Amino acid sequence: MNMLRRNILKGASAASTLAIAAGLFGSGNAFAAYNSAAFSAKSVADALKGMGATSPTESKDIAIKAPEIAENGAVVPVEVTSKIAGTTNIAILAEKNPNPLVADFKLENGAEPYVSVRIKMGQTAMIRAVVTAGGKSYTAAKEVKVTIGGCGG
Amino acid sequence: MAEPMKIRATVTGDTADIKVLMNHPMETGQRKDPKTGQLIPAHFISEVTATLNGKTVMEAEWSGAISKNPYLGIKVKGAKAGDKVTVTWKDNTGESNTADATVS
Repeated sequence: MNMLRRNILKGASAASTLAIAAGLFGSGNAFAAYNSAAFSAKSVADALKGMGATSPTESKDIAIKAPEIAENGAVVPVEVTSKIAGTTNIAILAEKNPNPLVADFKLENGAEPYVSVRIKMGQTAMIRAVVTAGGKSYTAAKEVKVTIGGCGG
Repeated sequence: MAEPMKIRATVTGDTADIKVLMNHPMETGQRKDPKTGQLIPAHFISEVTATLNGKTVMEAEWSGAISKNPYLGIKVKGAKAGDKVTVTWKDNTGESNTADATVS
């Protein structure tokens, strides 16, 4: 299954990848909008490609609040605040997780460009926030050291 | 069935601070059962929607890398006391849950 998925991701265009992946992994409950291609991507580059944010611009206007050292990788509090005008999307990636994309938030109708969640991290890695504003992508990252991983059994 | 979720919404100025605690195991599908060595199937919230007075303010897609019993914090401008906040989630197995709260 994984090999198949990898080949599909490599070979197909973004649009058809989404359709195929949704068919394979919908598990009988197809969320039309769920971005399976981005969420099942195994590298940061592929995840960004799946989100349509291939080469985001580094920005200092994105603040990531996360602990420098997380004792427990199963619960790492992360807060992302964007000061970029017109922010519509905030995505959070943990770069060394098996599937780096953790969450993608679409904010509208007065929602402030701010999200706060708790995420799992397999190991010490950069937490990357990708912000979409006015059709452009911006990014910032912060390293979090993990002493006990949160993805193993 | 899914346990209730907790929502707290407080307004400061004209911005509502919405905090949500959900009950969910959030299995990634990559963890092995220590007894049997079998993979525990993925079971995680994949979509979360928040509305304020019926208007969608946030739509999120999540992976299994959100922590167990997820916490979510968002802020919404233009809210006032008495407004109704509704949060709905769906997981990858088709379960869903909805809860609402009044902004105070």
